[in-house]
Amino acid sequence: MTSSSSSLPVKIGLEIHCQLTQLNTKLFCSCYCNYREKEINSNICPICIGLPGSLPVLNKKAVEFAIMISKALDCKIPELTVFSRKNYFYPDLPKNFQITQYDSYGTSTSIGKEGSVKYGENDKLARIRRIQLEEDPGRLVYENGRMQALIDYNRAGVALVEIVTEPDFTDPKDVRIFLNKMTSILEHLNICNTNLEGSLRCDANISIGNGKKVEIKNVGSFSDIEKALTYEITRQKTMTVHDIEIKAETRHWDDKRKITKQARSKEEEEDYRYFPEPDIPKILLENLYLIKTPELPDERKFRFINDYGLSEHVSQVLIDNKDLADLFESATKIYHSPKSISNWIVSDILAFMEYDSSGKKTITDEMKIDAKHIAEIAKLVDDNTINRSTAKSIISRIIKTGELPSDIIKKEKQATTIINDEKILLESIDRIFKEEKKAMLDAKQNPTAINFLLGKIMRLTKGRADPKITTILLKKKLDEEV
Amino acid sequence: MSNLYTLNVDQVVNGIKNGEFTSEEYVSQIIERIKKVDKKINSFITINDYALVQAQQIDKKIRSGITVGSLAGIVVGVKDNISTAGLKTTCASKMLSDYVPPYDATVIKRLKDKGAIIIGKLNLDEFAMGSTTEWSSYGLTRNPWNLDYVCGGSSGGSAASIAAQLCTASLGSDTGGSVRCPSSFCSVVGFKPTYGLVSRYGLVSYSNSLEQIGPIGRTISDVKKIMEVISGKDTNDNTTIDTKNNNIFNNNHSDLEQKNSQKIGLLKELINGADEPVYQCIYSAIDKFNEFGFTSEESSLKSSEYALASYYTIATAEASSNLARFDNIRYGFELNPDDYEWNTYFSKARGNFGDEVKRRIIVGSFVLSSGYYGKYYLKAQRVKDLIKHELKNLFKKYDLLLSPTVPVLPFKIGEKIDDPLKMYLIDINTVLANLAGIPAISIPIGFKNGLPIGLQIMADEFQEKKLLDIAEVLEKSININTPYPDL
Repeated sequence: MTSSSSSLPVKIGLEIHCQLTQLNTKLFCSCYCNYREKEINSNICPICIGLPGSLPVLNKKAVEFAIMISKALDCKIPELTVFSRKNYFYPDLPKNFQITQYDSYGTSTSIGKEGSVKYGENDKLARIRRIQLEEDPGRLVYENGRMQALIDYNRAGVALVEIVTEPDFTDPKDVRIFLNKMTSILEHLNICNTNLEGSLRCDANISIGNGKKVEIKNVGSFSDIEKALTYEITRQKTMTVHDIEIKAETRHWDDKRKITKQARSKEEEEDYRYFPEPDIPKILLENLYLIKTPELPDERKFRFINDYGLSEHVSQVLIDNKDLADLFESATKIYHSPKSISNWIVSDILAFMEYDSSGKKTITDEMKIDAKHIAEIAKLVDDNTINRSTAKSIISRIIKTGELPSDIIKKEKQATTIINDEKILLESIDRIFKEEKKAMLDAKQNPTAINFLLGKIMRLTKGRADPKITTILLKKKLDEEV
Repeated sequence: MSNLYTLNVDQVVNGIKNGEFTSEEYVSQIIERIKKVDKKINSFITINDYALVQAQQIDKKIRSGITVGSLAGIVVGVKDNISTAGLKTTCASKMLSDYVPPYDATVIKRLKDKGAIIIGKLNLDEFAMGSTTEWSSYGLTRNPWNLDYVCGGSSGGSAASIAAQLCTASLGSDTGGSVRCPSSFCSVVGFKPTYGLVSRYGLVSYSNSLEQIGPIGRTISDVKKIMEVISGKDTNDNTTIDTKNNNIFNNNHSDLEQKNSQKIGLLKELINGADEPVYQCIYSAIDKFNEFGFTSEESSLKSSEYALASYYTIATAEASSNLARFDNIRYGFELNPDDYEWNTYFSKARGNFGDEVKRRIIVGSFVLSSGYYGKYYLKAQRVKDLIKHELKNLFKKYDLLLSPTVPVLPFKIGEKIDDPLKMYLIDINTVLANLAGIPAISIPIGFKNGLPIGLQIMADEFQEKKLLDIAEVLEKSININTPYPDL
C-alpha cells in the first residue's frame, strides 16, 4: 500500500437493527413477539400477514422502549411522531410495504435524533443521527434441493428499533468496541435479549477519500463487521491506488470466503414512495419524556469504581458484558469481597466463555457456574483454605459439573486422609479374610505372608490405611481366627 | 303474509318480537324476492346460505323467551369490500375471486351481536373505485328506477338493493361519495359518518384517511338504527374516536324546539354548478325548509374548486400502496407460481386488476414518486387542510350546509365509462365531506323524468344528531310518496 492511499480518510457509519425481544407482542398486533422455535406460520394473524381489511394497532410499549433507547443515547425526542409507509415488493413483506419512520419534507418522524455515545477507554464519541421504530418482515426459507423458497411469516411485524449513526468511525476496531458498548446498553435497558440469533443486526456504510458510499449488508455477527470493514478498506484503497472508480453499491458479506461481494448497484435505486401511514394517528411523545431508564453501563461503571473500589479497567470489562456485571454483583452480595470476586471473574471465568452467534462472549448453558460458586472460591482463597492454583483447578471442574467448591474440597480431603480408625480398619480386614481365605490360613503359619494381606487392605483403602495400626490389627485378628 | 319486504327496521324487529310473523318467514320472503328481482338489477354478488338458519335461531330464542338484540331479524346486505367471516369477500375483483375472510369486520360483528342477519354481499365498483358500479368484475348493477340507467357508485349494490326492497338496510363504504352518490341515484337514504366514528377494521382499504363505512336505508330512522349499533370506539382501529359521552343518536328532538335558531347555508358553488332539473329540485326542497321556520342563506366555499383534484390525488396515492398487498401469495385466486421469478409472478397476478383500478394505482404511484411528492401529494394534503379550515369557519355561522348530492341526474349505462374525467366530476360535491372528515347525508327529494334526485346535507364533525334530526324533519315534510320501483 502506498503512503498516499493509507492517508486517505475513512468514513464509516452504522445502521443497527435491534429487535425489541422483551415485548410480549408484535409492533402492530397481538401475536407473540417471541417467534423463535415456533412451528412455521403458526404465530400469525390477519394483521401481521396483511389480510384485506386488517389495520395496524400500535404497541405503545414499543414506543416506550424506543424512547428509553433514545434517552440512553442522549437523543432529542420530538413532541410527536408519525409512521410512514415504505413501499416495495418482496415476498417476505406481507403488505408489500413496511411500516417504518422516515424524515422527509420538513417533517421529522423519528423517536429520537441527534444523540451521542461515548465508547472505548479514551471516551471516543459517536454521534447518533436517528432512532426509529419499524416492523420486521417475514423470513424466506430455502428448502434443500428445491428451486423454490417458502415464506415463514412468524417474524413478520416484530418490533425493530433502527439506530443510525453519523459516519464518525475511521477504524473497524472502534466499530467493534462501539458495538460492544451498544450491546451492553441495550441489555442494561432490558429491551433486547442480544443472545438470541438475529436479535441484533448491523449494516455498515463506508467511503474512502472522495469515493462513493458503499453499503455492507448481511453481516451475521458483530465480530464479522470488523472483518468486513477491514476487507472493504483494503479493497477500496487498492482500487483507489489503481485509479479504479469506486461505485455506490450494496455489498454482502460472504461469511465462508471472508470477502464482500456486490449485491446490487445503487444506480438502480428503488423509489420507496414514502408517505405518512394513515392508519396510525400521530403519537404524542411529550407524555413519555419522564419514562425512567434502568441503570446504564456508564452509571454502573462509575458505581463499580466508587462503591466497590474496582479499577477502571476491571469495571469496564465487567460492564461491557451485562452477564459478567450481574454475576459480579450477585456474588458480592453473597460474600462481600468485590476485588477478589471481580478478579476471579475477569481473569478466569471470562476465559471459559464462548462467542455466541452475534459475536458476543456469553455464559453458555453448558457452563454450570454461578454467583455462589464464585463467592465461595473467593472466600476459600481469602481464608487460605486453598491456594490460587487449587482454586483455578477447582473452577475448571465446577464449570463442567456445577459442584460447590466446598463439596469438592471435602471430597478431596477425604481422599487424602489416612485411615486410623480401628473400626473401619477391622471391617476391611474382615472383608479381605473372607476374600483371601487361603492367604489368611497361610499367614497363620507363615508370618511373612501377612505382607500380602496388608497389600490387599492398602489397595482396598486406596492406600489410606495406616500400615502400623493395620499390621497390629492383622496379627491380632489372625490370632483370633481358628 | 304479504309483502314483508316493504317493512322498515322498527316494523321488522317489532313484528318478529310480537309474533306477527317469524324471522324465518321474513327471510324466506326476502330470499324469494332476491331470486325473482335481482336478476334484473344484479345488486348481489354472494347470497349467505346460512341466513335462513340464523333466522330459525332467532325464532327459537323468541319462542324460548330469550332476549334478542335490538336488530333481531332485520336483514342487512353488505358491500362486498367489508370482511365477513366464512362468506366470500371479493371487492368485485378477480384478484379476490376465491377469498373467504377468516374474520368479521367490527361493523359485522356488532350487527350480528344485535341479531341482524347478513343476507349477502353487494356489488360495487372494483375495490370501491368508481361512481356507477359499472367497474365490477361481476357485471354492472342497474338502477331499479330505470334499468337502462346507472345506479351510482361505488356502493351501487347497497343502494339498488334497498330501492328494490331486497334487504331491510345495507352497508356501504364512502371514500369520496360512494354511499351518497348511489343513494341519490336510487332515491334512498345514505349516510357518511364523521371520520373515526365507525370502525374501518375489516373494510378493505381504498383510501384509509378518507373513508368510512356508512348505512343505507329507506328512511332516516332506519339509518339511525344501524348507526347506533355500528358506531363507537374500536380497539382494532386506532383512528376511531371515543364518543361514549356524546349521545349522538338519541331519539330526542328537543334541540329542534327552536327551529328559528337553526341556520342553514346554501353552498352556491355546488348548487349553481348543478344541472337545471337538479337545481330546481334543490330549491323547492329549500322552500320546504323555510316553511318549517329554518332560516337559510347563500354561502360560499371558495376552496371547493380544488376539492376534486385534492381528493383524487390523496385517494389514488393511498390506494396504490393499499392494493400492493394483492400479490396472490397469501390469498387470491388459482395461479401456480412454479417457474416464475418473484417480480414476473407479481406482474402476472396483478394483471387481473380491472382498468380503473390499474389507472388509479398508476396515478397514485406517480404522485408519490420522489420528485413529485411535494408537487402533488403534499399539495393535495394542504388543500385538504384548507377545505377543512374553510368548512370549520362556515360551521361557526351555519348549523348545516346544503347542496345537491350529485350535480347531474342518473345517466345511461355506458355513457361516461370511457371518459374518466367526466366520471370523476360526479363526485365533485361529495368529496368535500371526506376531505373534511365531517358527516353528510343524501336524502331523496324528488324525481325528474322518473329519475331520482338527492339532497346532500353536511354538518360539523360529530354533529350527527343535529344533522339526522333536521334531515328527518325535511324527510317528513317532503313526503315524496312515490311507490317503490316496480320490479
